[in-house]
Amino acid sequence: MNVPPPNSTAPKSTGAKKIAVTVSAIVRLNSLVTRFEFKRCDGELFPTFSGGAHTVVEMQDGDIKRRNPYSLVSDPAEREMFAISVRRDDEGRGGSLYLHEKAQVGDQMRISFPVNLFSLDLRARKHLFIAGGIGITPFIAQIKQLDRTHGNWELHYACRNVELGSYVDELTTKYAHCVKVYYDENGQAIDLKRLLDGQPIGTHLYVCGPKGMINWVCKAATDAGWPDAHVHNEEFLAPKPGRPFAVRLAKSGLNLEVGEHESLLEAIERLGVEAPYLCRGGACGQCETNVVESEGTFVHRDHWLEDDEKACGTKIMPCVSRFEGKTLVLDR
Amino acid sequence: MSKFQFPESIRSRPVYGTLQAHPGKSHLMIADSEGAEAILDLAQRKNGLMVNSHIIFIPKGTDFGKSLQALNPAQYYEGPSYPAALTRIQRVLADAAMGLQIYLSGTEGLMGQAQNEAMKAGYDHTAIQTEHRGSVARRMQCVHCKGITEDVIMDPFQCIHCGLNLFVRDHYSRRLAAYQAVCIDAEDPGNVPPSVELYS
Repeated sequence: MNVPPPNSTAPKSTGAKKIAVTVSAIVRLNSLVTRFEFKRCDGELFPTFSGGAHTVVEMQDGDIKRRNPYSLVSDPAEREMFAISVRRDDEGRGGSLYLHEKAQVGDQMRISFPVNLFSLDLRARKHLFIAGGIGITPFIAQIKQLDRTHGNWELHYACRNVELGSYVDELTTKYAHCVKVYYDENGQAIDLKRLLDGQPIGTHLYVCGPKGMINWVCKAATDAGWPDAHVHNEEFLAPKPGRPFAVRLAKSGLNLEVGEHESLLEAIERLGVEAPYLCRGGACGQCETNVVESEGTFVHRDHWLEDDEKACGTKIMPCVSRFEGKTLVLDR
Repeated sequence: MSKFQFPESIRSRPVYGTLQAHPGKSHLMIADSEGAEAILDLAQRKNGLMVNSHIIFIPKGTDFGKSLQALNPAQYYEGPSYPAALTRIQRVLADAAMGLQIYLSGTEGLMGQAQNEAMKAGYDHTAIQTEHRGSVARRMQCVHCKGITEDVIMDPFQCIHCGLNLFVRDHYSRRLAAYQAVCIDAEDPGNVPPSVELYS
């Protein structure tokens, strides 16, 4: 059992409010994806959430505190239990491997209140979902929400093969007429141009999956004349490793070294400095930090800052972005 | 010249731009009076746009109809008034598919009401293009009796429904497609400043 130390040296709570939970079930969906279910330690009910929301799961992996965002896949109205589905990433930094290999039923963890950066636009006359692989997760909760409110929706779901089609059985059994599945290895592909052509006015398009798929869908929609306001996407970036670099935190008066495999945000947290965050994936904008002084090159990887902001080097998103050079002083 | 530079105002007040041809499956253009000039300009800037365009025009006494027809749009309709054209606008929007581009030009009342119809059809208001041309008169809602007075050009004015003396505000409602008009002499009935033309 992995129990986080009661008075851990972790910084004061930043990000969304936390909930202490117990892992109540671990269900292997296929060779890559496992579903984890949580119950509250205090026996209270979970908050309700809206489909598309994620929770940040805190994991105490030895000396390292990992915090990874995962879309909630449980029913948004289900308050006894929260569930996430995690794809094992052998090349990743270890959060998913920790959950797959070390987490056990009965473990206590902390997860954040739900935060939604990929919510349904409820003005839509129709919701058109396009999912690739593990990108199915936010749609699972959105579909449950729309099912209850009798929403008009349609899902096009591309998976590598039958074995890796997480939730395919559940979706095609319950919603046979609304779900179409495409298996890459069978040479099946979404005929996007045809799919976008003729969708009724008021349709909103949502895409979640690999970066290439998101770019492909967004570009096709723009080319076909879909307004940006009708096209929604979600891609969580995982922090990428990079060369270690030194940072000075001006307000805290601390110097720190960001390691090869940790993010700038994680390094700041390691020193006990309170730093805001929500998604930890370059999308929400919460961790935006002002640069006091710099001499070197920024490696901006977020989806938040505008190109001109990235170019002028006065702001950085420490959750996913890095720095290469001599001096970096942050207003933190 | 039919263009007017509106003074800066509160955030609720709509801001109009210049129509730009966007790629799309089809194009719906709704205009009244001098709004026709914005469509003529747009057509001149973008060759071939009219092949899949539908123009709905309300002349309000102007004679731009012939020039618009000469653009040879896929469909052309001319209506005697906005209410007369409304059922056609609603039908076109109901049958439309994504990829439709919407262009509105002319008076604020026409643009506001057509935008409202497109919003009701589920089309995001930020994706609708507008260009103001012609009269700067406003469509006003009396906040007291809720009656709408069209083409208000004097401020204050008298509500055509309840007769109150109303002050013309910049506070705009997209849902009602109207500016809000508030009683100007509620505290001191009869003490009404002389009416002046808007922006004069």
